[in-house]
Amino acid sequence: MLTQEEKDAINAECGSAPSARAVAPHALGAVQRRRGWISDESLKDVADHLTMSPAELDSIATFYNRIYRSPVGRHVILLCDSVSCWIMDYEYLLQHLLTKLEISAFGQTTKDGMFTLLPSACLGACDHAPAMMVDQELFGDLTRQSIDEVIDRYRNADNGERTAPSPAATGHAF
Amino acid sequence: MVHLPLTQAMKATDEALSIDEYQDAGGYAALRTAVTAMTPGEVVAAVTESNLKGRGGAGFPTGKKWSFVPRPNKRNGAAFLVVNADEMEPGTFKDRLLLERNPHLVLEGALAAAFAIQADTVYLFVRWAYKKAAQRLTTAIAEARGRGYIGDNIFGSRFCARVHVHTSFGRYMCGEETGLLNALAGKRASPRGKPPFPQVVGLCGRPTVVNNVETVCNVPPILAAGSAWFKSLSKTGDSGTKLYGASGRVRAPGLWELPMGTTAREIIEKHAGGVRSGYSLRGFLPGGASTDFLTNKHLDVPMDFDAMQGAGSRLGTGTVIVLDDRTCPVAMVHNLVAFFARESCGWCTPCRDGLPWTRNILDDIEHGKGRPEDLDRLELHCKLLGPGRTFCALAPGAMEPLQSALKYFREDFERHIAEKRCPYKHDR
Repeated sequence: MLTQEEKDAINAECGSAPSARAVAPHALGAVQRRRGWISDESLKDVADHLTMSPAELDSIATFYNRIYRSPVGRHVILLCDSVSCWIMDYEYLLQHLLTKLEISAFGQTTKDGMFTLLPSACLGACDHAPAMMVDQELFGDLTRQSIDEVIDRYRNADNGERTAPSPAATGHAF
Repeated sequence: MVHLPLTQAMKATDEALSIDEYQDAGGYAALRTAVTAMTPGEVVAAVTESNLKGRGGAGFPTGKKWSFVPRPNKRNGAAFLVVNADEMEPGTFKDRLLLERNPHLVLEGALAAAFAIQADTVYLFVRWAYKKAAQRLTTAIAEARGRGYIGDNIFGSRFCARVHVHTSFGRYMCGEETGLLNALAGKRASPRGKPPFPQVVGLCGRPTVVNNVETVCNVPPILAAGSAWFKSLSKTGDSGTKLYGASGRVRAPGLWELPMGTTAREIIEKHAGGVRSGYSLRGFLPGGASTDFLTNKHLDVPMDFDAMQGAGSRLGTGTVIVLDDRTCPVAMVHNLVAFFARESCGWCTPCRDGLPWTRNILDDIEHGKGRPEDLDRLELHCKLLGPGRTFCALAPGAMEPLQSALKYFREDFERHIAEKRCPYKHDR
């Protein structure tokens, strides 16, 4: 069941949409913001609310990279794997992140449910390659040390919710 | 006279120009003149006369694109103006600068373009990753609405326009013109066959123009200072300035607004500080992942639309990606093709099946499992995934770095196959 607040959030998106159907991705986004991901049940509830078939809505949900149809951690780390970051050795940082997070590949979530690591296409920060985003925050000119600082800051501020820590006072955030 | 119309008024710090600061630098005067003293046709004519070409990569003349929009009538309804801010071409980070630091220039340009095509609604289609850009545009819209530059009867004229920020959920196809329109309508961002062209049948069936961020940013300066001035900014026949960039192993990666037609040598050696010590230049992609490689012998070719085409590549987005001598060209092309294979929407067969196949062949070669006949197979894919065989430019774009790498770095492919390993693996 969608909560009234979720329904209100979906309805609020309709104002600027060119047609009623156009709101579908944002409706999924509104629910995902609150629940972290889109379960089969959530998908069906959103489809009912928009009077669409679940199959049609799922074709949209699975198309977009930032709609998650599997559970993700409280924070999603998006490491850029496109060409400029590749030239600047993002692959070494990937190895470091995997070790740090104690996971073995992209797509996995840490044991404590805190982080999911995903690859991302070019983040448009090529002049600060290698780059990554954690939730809403962009980090560039990454080194092993700066990655450790970012991860530790998130870990230290963890309260079991998806809330972000206060922005970094110094360093690599943009 | 202003020489850097896109960036000159920007602050040195990472802050957006406020509406007051933007107006102190002459902002919104061009929009006022356009809507109060010009007809839409005169705005189209002025931009056509300036020879402004689209800065999103394809280089289509902007005035000509606008001229395809039919005059408003009851049947087709009012037009839409969409600003394509879904910057996702690997190696490209130029529109981010304009969106984050000069959002009112984006708005003024979009409103002037909307007036020219008689649109009553503007969508700013912003990439999901550009959080700061979306926030600053939203602030700018509120400021402009507060002054009456957005809404009804702008500057007391009959021109009315609404402006909305639309943040997408991420897919390379959202930046393709017709894919973007499908995404904006809430569908999968698959491309549409053309004709009908979006200028006639676009978003929700209404006439729609999709312009790149940097393109619309050039419109207010053209209206303010005229086409002769705009042409004088350039070093070549293509008008204006260009936001050029450089990334890869250069000393100072960055972005610079320079005269159109600046050479890659000047961009790489002067502005980006040259290739890092211990490395040398092997080649470069002039304008993003979907442009053909060029090499040392092309360093003095002007980076404009015509000359880059003459050199066998494309200006694309004008953000140069440098290939150094210690980076494996086969692995680089593998990275590029893997990106395109992952982002293919699967709408048409050559792209859906051909890109994963191409990626797998490159993966084999890079990992010492290539066979001599693989090179012929790659050449064949360059043809079968090339222009004219797909709905959109994704697959043909993916083939551009591959076909040029096969031409310029063929000995690297052959060494991988002969030695059954990547010769660069222990060199970094």
